[in-house]
Amino acid sequence: MADLGVRVAGLELRNPLLLASGIWGESGESLAGAWRAGAGGVITKSIGSVPRTGYPNPTVEPYERWGMLNAMGLPNPGIDEYPREIETARAAGALVIGSVFGATAEEFAALAARIEATGVAAVELNLSCPHAEGFGTEVGGTPDDVEAIVRAVVRSVRVPVIAKITPNSADPAGLAAAAERGGARAVSAINTLRAMAIDLRLRRPVLSHGLGGLSGPAIRPVGVACVWQIYDRVKIPIVGVGGIGSADDVLEYVMAGATAVEVGTAVAFDGIAVFGRLRDALSGRLEELGFDRLTDAIGAAHAGRSAPAA
Amino acid sequence: MRVTDVVRETPSTVTLRFPYAPAIDPGQFVMIWLPGDDELPMSVSYASGPSKGVTIKGMGATSRHFQAVRPGDWVGIRGPYGNRFDPTVRRLLVVAGGSGAAVLAPAAEAVRARGGDVGVALGATTRAELLFRDRFAALGATVEVATDDGSDGTRGFVTEVVARWLERERFDAVWTCGPEVMMEKVARLGAARGLPVVFAVERHMKCALGMCDACALGPFHVCVDGPVFPAERLLGATEFARFHRDAAGRRRPF
Repeated sequence: MADLGVRVAGLELRNPLLLASGIWGESGESLAGAWRAGAGGVITKSIGSVPRTGYPNPTVEPYERWGMLNAMGLPNPGIDEYPREIETARAAGALVIGSVFGATAEEFAALAARIEATGVAAVELNLSCPHAEGFGTEVGGTPDDVEAIVRAVVRSVRVPVIAKITPNSADPAGLAAAAERGGARAVSAINTLRAMAIDLRLRRPVLSHGLGGLSGPAIRPVGVACVWQIYDRVKIPIVGVGGIGSADDVLEYVMAGATAVEVGTAVAFDGIAVFGRLRDALSGRLEELGFDRLTDAIGAAHAGRSAPAA
Repeated sequence: MRVTDVVRETPSTVTLRFPYAPAIDPGQFVMIWLPGDDELPMSVSYASGPSKGVTIKGMGATSRHFQAVRPGDWVGIRGPYGNRFDPTVRRLLVVAGGSGAAVLAPAAEAVRARGGDVGVALGATTRAELLFRDRFAALGATVEVATDDGSDGTRGFVTEVVARWLERERFDAVWTCGPEVMMEKVARLGAARGLPVVFAVERHMKCALGMCDACALGPFHVCVDGPVFPAERLLGATEFARFHRDAAGRRRPF
C-alpha cells in the first residue's frame, strides 16, 4: 500500500483528500460524516461576520456528469452561531479547516481570529467566490489585495493560513505568489470559473443571480494548468481543486504540483462515499505508477523539480 | 413547461398540473421554479401518467406567488429527487396533518393499486382545510378526521384519532406527514404496537443534489437520503421535531 500521508501548511493529513468548502459544510454532523467517509480533512462552508441567507433559488444548475453551475451567494449562519457546528465536527475527531470570507482585510483578520478560537487546524481564506458582490473575487482579484488580506490574517492568528485563489484572473499564479509574500502557508486553486446558463424559452439566466461559478470535470484541465503555473512561482504547498472524481484526477493535480486536493462536486454525483473510493483507489494507482508514497509524485510532471517544503 | 390546470383544493392549498414525462414515484419531490421569484422543493401529489402535479400551501411569499399562477404560465421543473414509499403494504394507516396529505395521497393510491387496504386519519385546522378527503374516500379508504376547531370529526389532534384506531384495528404499517411534533407522536403510538412508522420530512432545500447541506438532518440529507425515512432513523438520533435550519443554516426551533 502506497503511503497517502501528506504535510500541508504544517498539517499532517492522513490522506490528501479534503472536503472542499461549500460542500456538506453547513452542519457539524455533515462535516463529521465527510470525515468518517474518509476525507483527510474537512473545510467548512465560508463563514462571514453576519448570517446570510444567500441568493434565492435556483442556485444550482446541474449538467450531465461534466459540470455544475452554482451561485449560492455565500449562505452561512454567521460567526456567532457557527462555532457549535465546528465543535460537533471536532468532537467526531475531524481535522477541520475553517473557511472565512470578508469585505476587507480587517474583516478577514477578525473572522480568522474568531474561527481560530474554535480550534480549527488552519484557516482558508475565500478570496475567490466569483459571484458575490463585495466579497470573494471582488476583494481577491489583484495581487496587492491578496497580499494585504493574507498579511492581515497572518498577523491575527497562529494557525496556518491557506489562501484560496481565483482562476478568473489573467495571472492566477501571480495571485498565489502574492499570497506567499503575505505569509500564506499554502494556496488552494482553483475556485469555480465564472459562468452562466440561459433558459431560451424564458429568455433569462437560469440562476437567480445570473452569474455563477462552474465546477466539476469540465474545469479540471483549467485547474491543473493553474496548479502547474503556481508550482513554478511559489515554494509553499498547493492544494489542487476542480473536477476531481477519480484517483487519476487526483494524481494529475499532484503531478502538476499539488500536495493535497479538495473534492466538492463529485459528492453530488457520487455521494460522500467518493472519499473512501478515492482513498482506496489512490494507493493502488500510485503503486501501478511506480510510487511508494504520494509525496514522491508531487510535481513529477515538472522534470527536474523537487517537492516543495511543507 | 406551461401549467395546464390550477385547482384550488382548500382555502390554503392549490394544485398545479403540468405535463412532465419522467416517471415519479410517490414520496419523491421536484424542484419547481417560478421564474423571477424562487424555486421550492415540492412533493408530487399527482405522480402517475404524463400530467404531474404538486399541491402547494401558501406559507411564505414564493408559495403564495405560486398560488397566483394561471393556466398557460411557465414554471421550471427539475427532478424527480429523493426516495419513495414502498407500496407493498397490506394494511396501511395513513396519518396526514394539513398539507401532509399532498404526498400521502398518491402513496395511498399506489398501495390500493397493489390491493392493499388503507385507512386515513386526516387532520386540519378546520373542515375546509381537510386536504384530499374526497380523493382518499374515492380509493375506498376509511377516512377519519380531526379538526382543531371541532368543525368536523374529532375536536383536537389527529393523533387522538390514531390512538383510538390502533386500539381497534390491526395495521402493518403507518405512514405520516405533517408537523414534526405530530409525526413524533404518531411514531410513539406505532412503536407501542410494534408497527413500522414511516415519515415524509420537509427541510429547506437549495441544490436538491446532496451537496449544499441546506437540508441537513442529523447525518442525513433530506434531498437524497429522504424525504421518506423510517421513524427510528430520525427519532432520538437527530434534531427531528426539535429544530430545522433556515436559508442561512441557522437552527430554528419548531
